[in-house]
Amino acid sequence: MDPLIRLEGVSKHFDGQERPAIGALSVALEAGRINGLVGPDGAGKTTLIRLMAGLLAPSAGKIRVAGLDPVAAPSELRRVVAYMPQRFGLYEDLTVLENLNLYADIRGVVGAERRSRFDELLAFTDLTSFTGRLAGRLSGGMKQKLGLACALLKVPKLLLLDEPSVGVDPISRRELWKMAADLVSQGIAVVWSTAYLDEAERCDEVLLLNAGQVLFAGPPGRLTGELAGRSYLVHGLGGSRRAVLERALALPSVIDGQIQGASLRLVVADGAMPPSPVELEAPSDATVVATEARFEDAFIARLGQRVRPHSPYAERPAVGAAGGPTVVAEKLTKRFGAFTAADDISFSISGGEIFGLLGPNGAGKSTTFKMMCGLLKPSAGHATVAGYDLLRAAAQARARIGYMAQKFSLYGDLSVRQNLNFFAGIYGLGKRRATVVGRMVEAFGLDPYLDSDAGRLPLGFKQRLALACATMHDPTVLFLDEPTSGVDPLTRREFWGHINALVGRGVTVVVTTHFMDEAEYCDRIALVYHGRIIAEGSPDALKASARAPSRPEPTLEDAFIALVEGQEAAE
Amino acid sequence: MNWPCRLLALVRKESLQILRDPSSILIAVVLPGILLFLFGYGVSFDLKDSPICVVVQQPSGPAASLAASYQASRFFKVETDTVTSRCSAELVAGRINAVVVIPADFADRLAGGDPAPVQILVDGSDPNTAGLMENYLAGTFRTWQAIEAGAEGRPSFTPISVVSRVWYNPEKESRRFLLPGLVAIIMTLIGTMLTALVVSREWERGTMEAMMATPLTRAELLLGKLIPYYLLGMAAMAGTSAIAMLLFGVPFRGSIWALAGVTSVFLTNTLGQGLLISTLARNQFVATQAALFSAFLPGFLLSGLVYEIPSMPLPIRLFTYLVPARYYVPSLQTLFLAGDEPGVLWPNTLAMLLISAILFTAVVRKTPHRLDG
Repeated sequence: MDPLIRLEGVSKHFDGQERPAIGALSVALEAGRINGLVGPDGAGKTTLIRLMAGLLAPSAGKIRVAGLDPVAAPSELRRVVAYMPQRFGLYEDLTVLENLNLYADIRGVVGAERRSRFDELLAFTDLTSFTGRLAGRLSGGMKQKLGLACALLKVPKLLLLDEPSVGVDPISRRELWKMAADLVSQGIAVVWSTAYLDEAERCDEVLLLNAGQVLFAGPPGRLTGELAGRSYLVHGLGGSRRAVLERALALPSVIDGQIQGASLRLVVADGAMPPSPVELEAPSDATVVATEARFEDAFIARLGQRVRPHSPYAERPAVGAAGGPTVVAEKLTKRFGAFTAADDISFSISGGEIFGLLGPNGAGKSTTFKMMCGLLKPSAGHATVAGYDLLRAAAQARARIGYMAQKFSLYGDLSVRQNLNFFAGIYGLGKRRATVVGRMVEAFGLDPYLDSDAGRLPLGFKQRLALACATMHDPTVLFLDEPTSGVDPLTRREFWGHINALVGRGVTVVVTTHFMDEAEYCDRIALVYHGRIIAEGSPDALKASARAPSRPEPTLEDAFIALVEGQEAAE
Repeated sequence: MNWPCRLLALVRKESLQILRDPSSILIAVVLPGILLFLFGYGVSFDLKDSPICVVVQQPSGPAASLAASYQASRFFKVETDTVTSRCSAELVAGRINAVVVIPADFADRLAGGDPAPVQILVDGSDPNTAGLMENYLAGTFRTWQAIEAGAEGRPSFTPISVVSRVWYNPEKESRRFLLPGLVAIIMTLIGTMLTALVVSREWERGTMEAMMATPLTRAELLLGKLIPYYLLGMAAMAGTSAIAMLLFGVPFRGSIWALAGVTSVFLTNTLGQGLLISTLARNQFVATQAALFSAFLPGFLLSGLVYEIPSMPLPIRLFTYLVPARYYVPSLQTLFLAGDEPGVLWPNTLAMLLISAILFTAVVRKTPHRLDG
């Protein structure tokens, strides 16, 4: 049988870009399965999906989707293909029902068919009780579900989903996967693009993209199978895991290493033996045990590059003494009218600690985060940073805070040098400006890009620049908002290498994220739900609390879901 | 055949959005309201109670009588003095607009046949007002002269007697031609500014991409935008005209059908321009700026509404032929103040139709089949 989608030598080149977004791609995707389109930001996922939807024309090569040429027969194609773009395609000032009506009219679903289809889809997406709500007022997860419902009004042969799990909390994410599996069982082919490598393992078939090139095509198990016997966990490291990680990465036999809760996850080169605790200069009770390979391990191995993070921060003098409380929240409460976004939130973070704020969309973690960095005034309670009250001594407190927003808030049309000088000016570095900027440029290897626009930098350098801008005033506390979501694994490792070095000098780091891999780097996590902290502890402690006979080795995501569901049951 | 259903769905969606989106309400209702208020009450090219100073250097019968006729005029608010120095200082300071000096030998010069025995000093910093002042001041003098001559039974010094009769706007109230012209500006706001804004917003929010991935055709997408904003524009025209007539007493001497027809043609101009801008810009900020500079300001400044086109320099005058409002403003003024004058309406309507044809050809050529053209 002919495959549902066949691409032969397809490439797409955009004007003004050196590298093609998609380079000479040949692949066949079958019906009746979830096809994962996996790769970091900028890998070419969106371009590929748009090519399949007939929204872009290929620069070269041939595409057939459901036996049709997407460029020559767009209207025939659109009757059998449903597409959900990254931003859902919803009208935010229309209600759930009005959005559904619009798409039903457009796709010609009328009369009794419409009524039964609406009932089915509303039940399927769990939106029945929200039909009168404006789409703009839905949570990220609900928007995705509504987008999905709109795309599914006329049962398609092929459903194209562009990053449906971005900005969606683990619970909604699991529901979306269930829905996709349901659709596949009804005979619909699904293409699911994602930057989260852990999602690849849930697909039947994976197309792994990096920089417009295919790294791997096939069932995900085949790729992780190549890595069998090469992934290890090092337990029993106590407080020294960050130092041990640095030593492990210096060994030639280790090709990848990451912090996973209180342990280290190492991947060794093909045929190499795992390092012994002695080699790692680890505490005497440390153990190295084999573990199952993950898709990400395989991705790093395929890339054949490795990060040996040597952070410039490691050589800088320590910032104050580690140990004492640097960030304290006392009964922080924020009310917006009758709605309490954050309710009686208290915690204390010590110097040299990485603290994570996790929670589903709308749980109140961003509100808490904003109160902590002085962007929002609490209705009650107070917060101190490095001993300064954020309300009474906001200026002094802010001088000790570094803040790095999601997607790097740099000025894209200023050059690297201008961005650095601007932030130096903001922090009032005065005469020290030239020295500090020079040090950052040297430390992060920004020299070759000094006069390029920040917006045109390669992703890894953008991230370095953002970090340099956020830390040039030597802050005591660094706030990170989803710092590495969508970033490729290598860049993410480099980034966390720098963060580990900062923490080693006594800097306190506060992270808010949806991304479980980032949460694993934390010393302590607070899980926020309905404006309250429902659980607090180390990643391993949270995982242990979710252990059950059916789930002997829960992941952090399992723990997250179990804790939130437990709380819901209690309420 | 389900295109009527699809089109209706798009129109319904757009209408709901207009009703719910504060920026649409702002552009379609609040801004026109402010403009109406400003033009109805604030902006006026009429002279009324303009502060002047009359200097009577030596009291005499004729001098007092002339000063009194200035004081009686509704155009001026008069202060009198016996020396020039204080009044000219006031003129320099900008507190008064003109000084009329009735010299000491006024009565003698008048008797001796001097045609211009008074001195008129006008603040020329605003040429428009200065011109008006000069005419009104001199006119008042001549009228006084004629009345004096008639009273004494001797012939007036003016060899020709002009009896002027103003047609269409006998009270010469400027709001009577400003308010109809304002309809053109409001149509430009809705047709170009609002349309450019909403279409570029669909590009920014990614809804345009989602629409393009459905079986909708390009014609349906374009009509789905044109129809609701056409209807909104017609409603705004009706509302503005009603307010101009009922609240500000502007007469309407043409026919409703001619007004609806000419307005429809003008709306195709502004809508076409709005669609073209948003298709090229795909960004709300750029689209708004482009609409402001290519439609709103030319509609204001180059349509003959505020500044007379014949008095513009030649290059600018040629440029006005590209501004659709230039054809619509005189049509409106004619419909309101004169009536259905085919000699005015037809050439202007044909010119607007020509511009529409050009704009829509460009829109259809530039509206992409795909994201990359």
